[in-house]
Amino acid sequence: MFGKKWGVLLLTLCVALFAAGCGQKDEGSNASSSAGGDKAGEKVTIKFMHLWPEGVSAGQNKIVNQIINDYQKEHPNVTIKQEVLDNEQYKNKLKVLSASNELPDVGVTWAAGFLKPYVEGNLFAPVDDLLSGELKDKFVAGTTEAYAIDGKTYALPLEFNIAPIYYNKAIFKKYNLEVPQTYEQFKAVSKTLSDNGVAPIALGNKDRWTGSLWYMYLADRIAGQKALADAIAGSGSFKDPGLVQAAKEVQSLVDSNAFIKGFNGLSNEEGKSEFLNGKAAMYLMGTWELPNYTTNEEIPKEFRDNVGFFKFPTVEGGKGNIDSWVGGPGVGLFVSQNSEVKEEAKAFVEYFVTKWGEQSVTGAGVIPATKVDTSSLDLPQLYIDLFNEMNKASSITLFADVQMPANAAETHLNNIQALFGKAVSPEQFSEEHDKAIAKGN
Amino acid sequence: MDKVMSNKKMIALYVLPALLLILAIVYIPIVLTAYYGLNEWNGIGRMKFVGLDNYAELLGDRTFWNSAWHSLLLAVFSCASLLVYLAIAMVLAARIKGANLFRKIYLIPMLLSSVAIAQLWLRIYHPSNGIVNSVLESLGFANPPAWLSEPKLVLFALFVPILWQYAGFYILIYYAALKNIPSSLEEAAKIDGANSWQIAWKIKLPLAMEVIKVTIVLAAVGSLKYFDLIYVMTDGGPNGSSEVMASYMYHTAFRAYDFGYGSAIGFFLLVICLVVTWIIRKLTATKDTIQYS
Repeated sequence: MFGKKWGVLLLTLCVALFAAGCGQKDEGSNASSSAGGDKAGEKVTIKFMHLWPEGVSAGQNKIVNQIINDYQKEHPNVTIKQEVLDNEQYKNKLKVLSASNELPDVGVTWAAGFLKPYVEGNLFAPVDDLLSGELKDKFVAGTTEAYAIDGKTYALPLEFNIAPIYYNKAIFKKYNLEVPQTYEQFKAVSKTLSDNGVAPIALGNKDRWTGSLWYMYLADRIAGQKALADAIAGSGSFKDPGLVQAAKEVQSLVDSNAFIKGFNGLSNEEGKSEFLNGKAAMYLMGTWELPNYTTNEEIPKEFRDNVGFFKFPTVEGGKGNIDSWVGGPGVGLFVSQNSEVKEEAKAFVEYFVTKWGEQSVTGAGVIPATKVDTSSLDLPQLYIDLFNEMNKASSITLFADVQMPANAAETHLNNIQALFGKAVSPEQFSEEHDKAIAKGN
Repeated sequence: MDKVMSNKKMIALYVLPALLLILAIVYIPIVLTAYYGLNEWNGIGRMKFVGLDNYAELLGDRTFWNSAWHSLLLAVFSCASLLVYLAIAMVLAARIKGANLFRKIYLIPMLLSSVAIAQLWLRIYHPSNGIVNSVLESLGFANPPAWLSEPKLVLFALFVPILWQYAGFYILIYYAALKNIPSSLEEAAKIDGANSWQIAWKIKLPLAMEVIKVTIVLAAVGSLKYFDLIYVMTDGGPNGSSEVMASYMYHTAFRAYDFGYGSAIGFFLLVICLVVTWIIRKLTATKDTIQYS
């Protein structure tokens, strides 16, 4: 008797759970089917998935909500349904959703290598019509190209970053150092610092892309932008003497103790903290770091006031010039190819990109990929200086790991760590790169 | 109650939910993983059937065998450390003063989440501010190594927290097993004039043997598929010198987006674990198990 009662209870519980699971699913499909109408004025729901949770990216989250609220006010028939995830979870979920063809109508994507499989799987819609419309000439040159495959653009960038070398003015002053213009001067600066027991460069190379920045710049300055771009695209070779020389220079920097101790085992955050603590004098990083050196109240003011930046110095006899940058757009917005509300989604993306460009610098310290009118904004000097540099830029080389397809990017990153750790020779380094890029995945 | 339990239909009904769950969550994914391993697939587009190509590539993949060697080393160290845990458990079970307190202290690492342990040990190993290097420096070592970035040291530096993490778990198991041995046996041995060594060796060890066998399997298989601390602390680096099989699988599938190859590694890992378990069972098999009498 007792057993039977429990059996029935258990069964009921199971059925209830199953029903609950199915129920939610039904709700979801109802919502999207009701969004299927394309007549103006009809109720439309746009699903928008992004990666700015309130806790982690408060600034961005606020702007997103602001834009969505405004948009819904201006378009009373449109409801934007948000789904927010953390960075890594976001990437994984996007993959899972794409496998079952359930991508959100609008979502966040990265450029080049990340984008490619989605485009090949015919999951993202081209947005060239937006680029020739209201957004024409609004983007900084060279930013939307990173999202283009075979002449079509598949996402609109929201962020744009270049990587300067930040330096601690107080430390430079203490040892009477000048901002280096050439690589020889740069090496002399490092030597003076390390002779005085100050770590010259903060680097957390456990994350690997951090070291990649150093190689990219040396390659750009020595071999020139074209040689590097060709090698990455597979039409050139990493065995180009200039590129091999760049790899050698990396190892000679390591040999001269230019980087903090144990950099290959430290994460970027740990490496950065050496710079923030004033233990290391220089730090090569993207402009997403700017809030830390300007507006972030959690970092002592005297430190923030002491941070300046300089451009990666030129190498004597090298082919690169000082106004060539390593950088690239960060995330962009895509519209799903299979979306039932594609037109509405595109209109929302257009609106979002425009509004984001107006608010992101002041609201979140994020530099948008759309052109910023510095005269109308009250910005810290460091931002203004960098905006001016961006306008002068002669070329921008996209971060190598973003540019390459996933498998080659992994090889590149692993080899960067090995190169810095002196586990491979510059020649092997070039060899491995050429092999991985020839494989083409 | 008895009536219900003898009804075949009723039994099936009771077993069904758990059976469905375990099929859906464990066995079907295993079969699917084996199948994905036969394909070339980047996780998004179409799968391309390539037969045994992935497995063939795996057999010649130096990085994989390197990571397999690291996993094996970890398994050997884990099994060897069981001896230490057994010795500690014997001391604790011998009703020494404060045994209760020690037992709790040993158990604490097990209560911490892996990520917390990783963060803790990252700080301990920090090349310039870490405790280890501060102590070494104050002892006069001029240039202590950066533990997590030296390719030769990193693996062993990682073994320390991994072994430490599970110490409490095994000590607890052994402690319980030893406590289960009737004290009358020990008393009888004492009356017969056996010393503590003989009691430990001839009475306690054989009677705890069944438990020891289980822990050897647990330690070996747990090490072979170990992932968490390594993922957080070094991510397999620098340059693969702390890569283990599970982290290599993760990197191929989720970083290089090579799900076919990643699945092949995953399935191979399962096979290795099964084989190792079988070998250990064979090696430790005894004809008659000793019973408390």
